[in-house]
Amino acid sequence: MDALISQYIDPYYLRILMLIGINIILALGLNLITGVTGQLSMGHAGFMSIGAYTSAILSMQMGSPFFLSLLAGAMVAAFFGFLIGIPTLRLEGDYLAMVTIGFAEIIRVFFLNFEPGGKAVGLSGIPQNTTFVLVWTLVIIIIILNAKLLSSRIGRAFYAIRENEIAAEASGINSTRLKVLAFTAGSFLAGLGGGLYAHYMYFIRPQDFAFMKSIELLNMVVLGGMGSIPGTILGSVILTLLPEMLRIVAEYRLLFYGALLVILMIFRPNGLLGDVRVYDIKKKLQGKKVGLWQSSN
Amino acid sequence: MAVLQLEEITMEFGGLRALDLVDIKVEEQQIYGIIGPNGAGKTTLFNIITGIYLPTGGKVIFKDCLLNKMHPWDVARQGIGRTFQNIRLFNKLSVLDNVRVGSHGVSKSGFFGSMLGLPSSRREEKMIVEKAEHLLELVGLGEKKLEYADNLAYGEQRRLEIARAMALNPSLLLLDEPAAGMNSTEKVELMDLIWKIRNEMQLTIILVEHDMNLVMNICEQIAVLDYGRKIADGPPEVVKNDERVIQSYLGAEA
Repeated sequence: MDALISQYIDPYYLRILMLIGINIILALGLNLITGVTGQLSMGHAGFMSIGAYTSAILSMQMGSPFFLSLLAGAMVAAFFGFLIGIPTLRLEGDYLAMVTIGFAEIIRVFFLNFEPGGKAVGLSGIPQNTTFVLVWTLVIIIIILNAKLLSSRIGRAFYAIRENEIAAEASGINSTRLKVLAFTAGSFLAGLGGGLYAHYMYFIRPQDFAFMKSIELLNMVVLGGMGSIPGTILGSVILTLLPEMLRIVAEYRLLFYGALLVILMIFRPNGLLGDVRVYDIKKKLQGKKVGLWQSSN
Repeated sequence: MAVLQLEEITMEFGGLRALDLVDIKVEEQQIYGIIGPNGAGKTTLFNIITGIYLPTGGKVIFKDCLLNKMHPWDVARQGIGRTFQNIRLFNKLSVLDNVRVGSHGVSKSGFFGSMLGLPSSRREEKMIVEKAEHLLELVGLGEKKLEYADNLAYGEQRRLEIARAMALNPSLLLLDEPAAGMNSTEKVELMDLIWKIRNEMQLTIILVEHDMNLVMNICEQIAVLDYGRKIADGPPEVVKNDERVIQSYLGAEA
């Protein structure tokens, strides 16, 4: 299957498609934490790097099978998410954001000085096991599980915490526990994405997971629409493609990138798909139909 | 036997004593009113009962169970539902979802069960939806179940809060100024609704309210707070004619 795909798709486009898939997984994780549960995390790349390094080191130095490395990376990231979540999720908004930035920085500095991780030079020669089919199969599974979760009792409780924490607690929702749960699940996906990234890029170093990477992931969630799965997917696609498409403007690339973000947020403050529901679209269409019918009378 | 018993509740915020040795006893299936001027400590009392504040002194006893140091969600799971003075809905969720969230405390599906759609959580989900739809019919919002909560009119939002609180299958319902901002027709409807849910679901209701007409009509027992102290309690006729209550709150007739 993968051989077939690489035969027909240009390597450049294939690479972009892979990165889109990995970014969707990462952004869906952050969407659980920030978009759905409303806990502003600006350190998602930190958890991604934990997954990337853990899985890469396991694969390279312990010779563990790829799937095991991938799973272990995700689990270790989830464990750290859990550990960090307990004390920090009592904080709200800006304060939580600062703590998560700090945590991601600590992780980055740790890997900068971590002998088995190659310090500042990073790790190279990671087996390139991440394939197109694997990434996109995982994307589909994760989207389905995410959608199921968000329409369930637990998912609704996540949204309720974002919308009004006091009212959520008055409905019997243990907000502390659920926030830690969202954080852990989101970190798991960050770790999984990190592992896939490491085994695709062949080479990782600490600055790949710096603050800007966290911001990029946050942008995907915010641009697409906080808490919306289709929105997050759209955001990931756009923000992975945009820098590529802006290659035409060469050195002004970042300028355009920033300007486009500003413009989009002015016109769609809730994100592209943040407040779009099938029900509202249907209602609008029906409203129009009724209007037409009346005028023809 | 009293369903809810407050014994010598005291609440201090820094140097301010918001509640001072308040005793209140609410009997089963009573509609109990708490009235008093602004800042008398009525909402503070609700926040103490529901575990948002930890009282500096005194006991909150609900059906032989001491609520004092419980978290708000544990209090809710004991069967105490509430509404808020300044409406607190989940604005960007549908009306139906607001009520579905309300049954969180009395349902069980966990993280993996929900995600994998296990039969037990699917069954539970079906029951939650049925109950939510029934409650929305009861408060007259059945038609609007797919609207966003913040698209509802003010009076509808208040009724949605009641439906959400009812989803918890509470045995005690706390209503914080349920009639605030309602016109007189809506107030009459609200009274009917409160009677109806008390009688149909056999629960106890405590309400904080400024509308004397509603309070005197609907409440079987009333406590009057003033500057954090309880200055009177008893049936409406007694409270209405109490010298101190007239002086501090109701005002003498001109």
